[in-house]
Amino acid sequence: MIPAAELERVYERPESLTALHTNYCPGCTHGVAHRLLAEALDELDLREQTILVAPVGCAVFAYEYFNLDGCEAAHGRAPAMATGIKRLLPDRTVLTYQGDGDLASIGIAEIIHAAARGEAITTIFVNNAIYGMTGGQMAPTSLPNQRTTSSPSGRDVALTGQPLRVSEMLATLPGAAYVVRRSLHDPANIRKAKKAILTAIQVQQRGLGFSMVELLSTCPTNWGMTPADALTWVKDHMLSIYPLGDYKVSDAARELSA
Amino acid sequence: MAKELLKGNVAIAEASVRAGCRAYFGYPITPQTELLEYLSSRMIALGRVFLQAESEVAAINMVYGAACTGARVMTSSSSPGFSLMQEGLSYIAASDLPCVVVDVMRGGPGLGNILPSQGDYFQVTRSAGHGDYHPIVLAPATVQEAIDMTVLAFDLADHYRHLVILALDGLIGQMMEPAELPEWQADLPTPDWAVTGAANRAPNRITSMHLRADESEAYNQHIQRRLERIRAAEQRSIEMYTDDAELLVIGFGSAGRIAASAVEMAREDGLNVGLFRPQTLYPFPSERLAELAEQVGACLVVEMNAGQMLDDVRLAVNGRAPVEFFGRMGGAIPLPEEILDTIEMLCWSLHVVE
Repeated sequence: MIPAAELERVYERPESLTALHTNYCPGCTHGVAHRLLAEALDELDLREQTILVAPVGCAVFAYEYFNLDGCEAAHGRAPAMATGIKRLLPDRTVLTYQGDGDLASIGIAEIIHAAARGEAITTIFVNNAIYGMTGGQMAPTSLPNQRTTSSPSGRDVALTGQPLRVSEMLATLPGAAYVVRRSLHDPANIRKAKKAILTAIQVQQRGLGFSMVELLSTCPTNWGMTPADALTWVKDHMLSIYPLGDYKVSDAARELSA
Repeated sequence: MAKELLKGNVAIAEASVRAGCRAYFGYPITPQTELLEYLSSRMIALGRVFLQAESEVAAINMVYGAACTGARVMTSSSSPGFSLMQEGLSYIAASDLPCVVVDVMRGGPGLGNILPSQGDYFQVTRSAGHGDYHPIVLAPATVQEAIDMTVLAFDLADHYRHLVILALDGLIGQMMEPAELPEWQADLPTPDWAVTGAANRAPNRITSMHLRADESEAYNQHIQRRLERIRAAEQRSIEMYTDDAELLVIGFGSAGRIAASAVEMAREDGLNVGLFRPQTLYPFPSERLAELAEQVGACLVVEMNAGQMLDDVRLAVNGRAPVEFFGRMGGAIPLPEEILDTIEMLCWSLHVVE
């Protein structure tokens, strides 16, 4: 046995995460997203300067899971709440962490106007194409023919429209400085997601405008799959509807991401 | 400070600046828009925060966020816009955040019109959003009182960590009167519960969520204990000729002010009529009204609605005297003469009964 004194610690809980056990289902990628965000805050030494706005949805308790000052928004209103905080405390880092029901459906007006104003906040947008917390209903981001508890025969696009591509929409706004889509379905993509989160927060720190990282994520419970199958489903079905890429990188932001 | 000729909405705006309001978020709606317009340049000139939101929904949630930083913050709206703020008001109240909201009431229901009304009485006093609480509600009847109550609203909000609503009708918001602005308030320290970044302390977390029934009930009991303190300390009202009144006329805001003219006219006619004007709608000044109800033969409630404060009057009077009602609705403003007609009729019937 190697003496403890000779062991090198190579992996530990980021300081920006609390030791609390989360309420997330087994195999859900919220845990990965939380860890990436916490690592980014640690690496940028921002834990003590950051305020997190939690959404309504599965991540409703995010303010408990992060070792940060935090508050809890009404459903969809996190960007408005973050705006209020950032305007009063312009030198702090203000984050919203939102799911696709919260951001793309009920909160679409708030996210569009926050981006349009060039609000210097950073949004982590977790897109798993379904309402998780309420038990798997159709979201604006659900895929065509996707079976949910409110589209039991599959999403009929003739009745409910096509999936909403938020990153592509927000990229059209001059106030948006950095809008990218990444995925959490395998290690290589997780590493790219981490890099994007670091860049997005730096964009905010430099006051370059609105920044958002969309993360394609899984919901094994409500998709009715094993965690492993859910990761494969992201690759096989979500990537074609939600192509990964940089949808908006302003010139000033490009220097950071280089 | 000398008196100036001031419009109600502008007077409230400047009073809020002097009371130390650090941030205003709002959305245009008649008849409160001058308040937003005035602050758009005033706040920026002072290096404070002004932002025109994309909706009343966003405005109240920006206020919610700004209030989390511990700063004095405010928004204003009018009835339909105030309806849109209900969700945010409930979250703010349930997060123990101090905050001031001005509702310059207009005719309703629905889109209604832009004329003065008191139709939001239930909406402001009963809950302001879902759940089980009451905001503190202040009801000015003059521009001077609107100024004084703006300062009071910020002080009460901070003192109790509670939502305070300044409820006035479009008449007070739109009219110009000579009034004196308040002294400038010194900057206040940031409260220890504010979210400012967890530097050298444990994280502060502001939430209205209590998942377990026992925790949620304990939190509700905490709100109810605070409301008990508020009811004990903050009931406010103004009286005229109540010493020998046989008939007590009761009205708030503009209706109370117009009723005061009718009471003066009745006194000139030799009728023993008094006036009771609640300045706080929550807490309703029930204790004083109950005392007066012992002395008078009857009460007459005058409102610019179909009879909403009437419920609170009946609860306070509790059968000690008959309670009659005169109201105009939908933006119609009562004339002193028509209130006087009702006063004369009621005084006559009191004496016939004798």
